Amino acid sequence: MIKVGGIFAAVGIAAMLASLVSPALADPDNNQLIIEGELIVTDVAAPDSSPLDHIYSGWRFRSPETQSLQMDDFENPGFVAVDAAAETWETADGSEGKSCASCHEDVSSLAGLRAELPKWDEATNKPATMENLINRCRTDRMGAEAWGWEQKEMVNMTALISLQSRGMPVNIQTDGPMAEWMEKGKDLYYTRVGQLNMSCSNCHEDNYGNQIRSDHLSQGQINGFPVYRLKWAGLGSIHRRFKGCMENIRATPFKRGSDEFIALEAYVASRGAGLAVETPSVRN
Amino acid sequence: MKKLVVAASAVLMLTVGVALADAVGPNDVAMADAVVAESLTGVAGDPAAGRDIMINRKLGNCLACHVNSEIPEQPFHGEVGPPLDGVADRWTEGELRAILVDVKQAMNPESIMPSFYSLKLGARVAEKFEGKTILGAQQVEDVLAYLMTLKEE
Ligand code: HEC
Ligand code: HEC
Ligand code: HEC
Repeated sequence: MIKVGGIFAAVGIAAMLASLVSPALADPDNNQLIIEGELIVTDVAAPDSSPLDHIYSGWRFRSPETQSLQMDDFENPGFVAVDAAAETWETADGSEGKSCASCHEDVSSLAGLRAELPKWDEATNKPATMENLINRCRTDRMGAEAWGWEQKEMVNMTALISLQSRGMPVNIQTDGPMAEWMEKGKDLYYTRVGQLNMSCSNCHEDNYGNQIRSDHLSQGQINGFPVYRLKWAGLGSIHRRFKGCMENIRATPFKRGSDEFIALEAYVASRGAGLAVETPSVRN
Repeated sequence: MKKLVVAASAVLMLTVGVALADAVGPNDVAMADAVVAESLTGVAGDPAAGRDIMINRKLGNCLACHVNSEIPEQPFHGEVGPPLDGVADRWTEGELRAILVDVKQAMNPESIMPSFYSLKLGARVAEKFEGKTILGAQQVEDVLAYLMTLKEE
C-alpha cells in the first residue's frame, strides 16, 4: 500500500533535519494529530494520582517534519511493516497448517487489545505483552516456532494488531493482580542506574519539554509503539527503546521480554492512561 | 611532520601519566562546605582541553544540558541546567571544582547532573564503566580551568 517513495522521502527529511540547527523549543507544541480526517488525542488531563501535571504523547515534542510523516498513512514509513504483516497474517505456518486468519479471521477482530496491554494472564500468572500472546498462538496453536522479540515478523505483527486500536484510549488494569507489577515497574522507573546515575523520571518527568542537546525530551510514553524511528530506519519494540535509554546512561539494560521490562512497560503504560493508541507512530 | 606529532603525543601521554600517579582518588577528595580547595592533580588545568571535553559527547557532554554562548560553533545546547555564561562570576574556583567532582554532594542530592569524579554510581553500571569515574582528575582540572574563563563582568 505504501510507496517506496515514502521511505526515500523520509530518509531525505531525516538527513535534512540532521543538518539544521534547530532553535531551542520549550514545552510540547499545540499541533493537532489528524490522520485520515480523524482527530487522534495527543494530550489528556492527568488524574490526581498522576505524577505528571498533564499527559502528552511523544508526537507533540517532535519537529513539524517528523510529525507530518505520521499524519498521512501513505507518507508514514511504518506502513511498509503493516503491509508485510497483513500478508503474514494470511500465510499458513507450522505443523497445524494454519494462518492467523484461519482462527481470527479479520485482524480487526483484535481491535482494542493494544490499549489494554500488558494485561493479567491467568495461564502464566503474570502480565502478558502482545509479543507473549502472539507467540503463544504460534507455539501452542499453530505448531510453529516462537518469533524473537525484535524479529521483523514479530515487530511487524505487533504494528498491524496495534493499528486496529488506533484512536482508542490507553486503559490498562492497575489493580488486582496487576498492582504488584505496577509497584515493581514504578520502582524501576525511579531507580537511578548507570555510570551517569539517572532514573527515567529525571529525564521524562522532571525535564520533559526541555532540550537535551539535539533532542526535545518527551514524557517517554509508549502509546505509539511499535514506533518507526528514523534513526533505526525501521520499527522497534517498546523494550528496544527502554534498552536504548538505559544504554545511553551507561547502564546494563534488562533483557527484552524480561519480567523487569514487562513491569516497566505496564507502569509506563499506566502513566499514559487516556492517550490514544497511535501505532505506528513516527519518531526521530 | 608525522613523527613530530607522534613524539609530541608521547610527551603528552607521559605528563598525563605523571599527573594521574599523583592525583587524589575519587574517594579521597576533601570537600568541605561545598568547596574543594585543593587541585586534584597539582597540575594546572588546560582551558582549551577543558573546552573540548565540555563539547565531547563521550566525556563531559556538558552542552547536552547547558547553554554556553562561548561555544557558538556547536549547534544544540541543552536547557536542562542553567546557562554557564558568566559562571566564574557566580562561583569561586573551589566551589566549581566541588560542583564538577560531585554535584549531588555540593549542591543538590537530587540533581540530574552527573557527578564527574565520584564512584557513587547508579545501579547496574555497564561493565565497561564499572568502578570508573566519568572524567579523570586532570580532565576535571581542565574543565575547571575553562569554566574559570567564563566571566561577564
Ligand atoms: C488455531 C487457532 C489460532 C491460530 C492459528 C492463531 N490464534 Fe491467536 N488466538 C487463538 C485463541 C483461541 C486465542 C485466545 C482467545 C481468547 O483468549 O479470547 C488467541 C489469542 C490471540 C491473541 C490475544 C487476544 C486477546 O484478546 O487476548 C493474539 C494477539 C493472537 N491470538 C494473535 C495471533 C496471531 C498474530 C496469530 C498468527 C501468527 C494467531 N493468533 C494464530 C487462536 C488462534
Ligand atoms: C538522559 C535522559 C533520559 C533518560 C534517563 C531516559 N530517557 Fe527515555 N528518552 C530520552 C530521549 C532524549 C528520548 C527521545 C526524545 C523523547 O521522546 O523524549 C527518549 C525516548 C523515550 C521513549 C520513546 C517515546 C516516544 O514517544 O516514542 C520512551 C518510551 C522512553 N524514552 C522511556 C524511557 C525509560 C523507561 C527510561 C528509564 C529506563 C528512560 N526513557 C530514561 C532520554 C532519556
Ligand atoms: C544531564 C544534565 C547535565 C549535564 C550533562 C551537566 N549538567 Fe551541569 N547542571 C545541571 C543542572 C540541572 C544543574 C542545576 C543544579 C541542580 O541540579 O540543582 C547544573 C548546574 C551546573 C553548574 C552550576 C551552575 C550555576 O550557575 O548554578 C555548573 C557550573 C555546571 N552545572 C557545570 C557543568 C559542566 C562543566 C558539565 C560537563 C562537565 C555539566 N554541568 C554537565 C545539569 C547537567
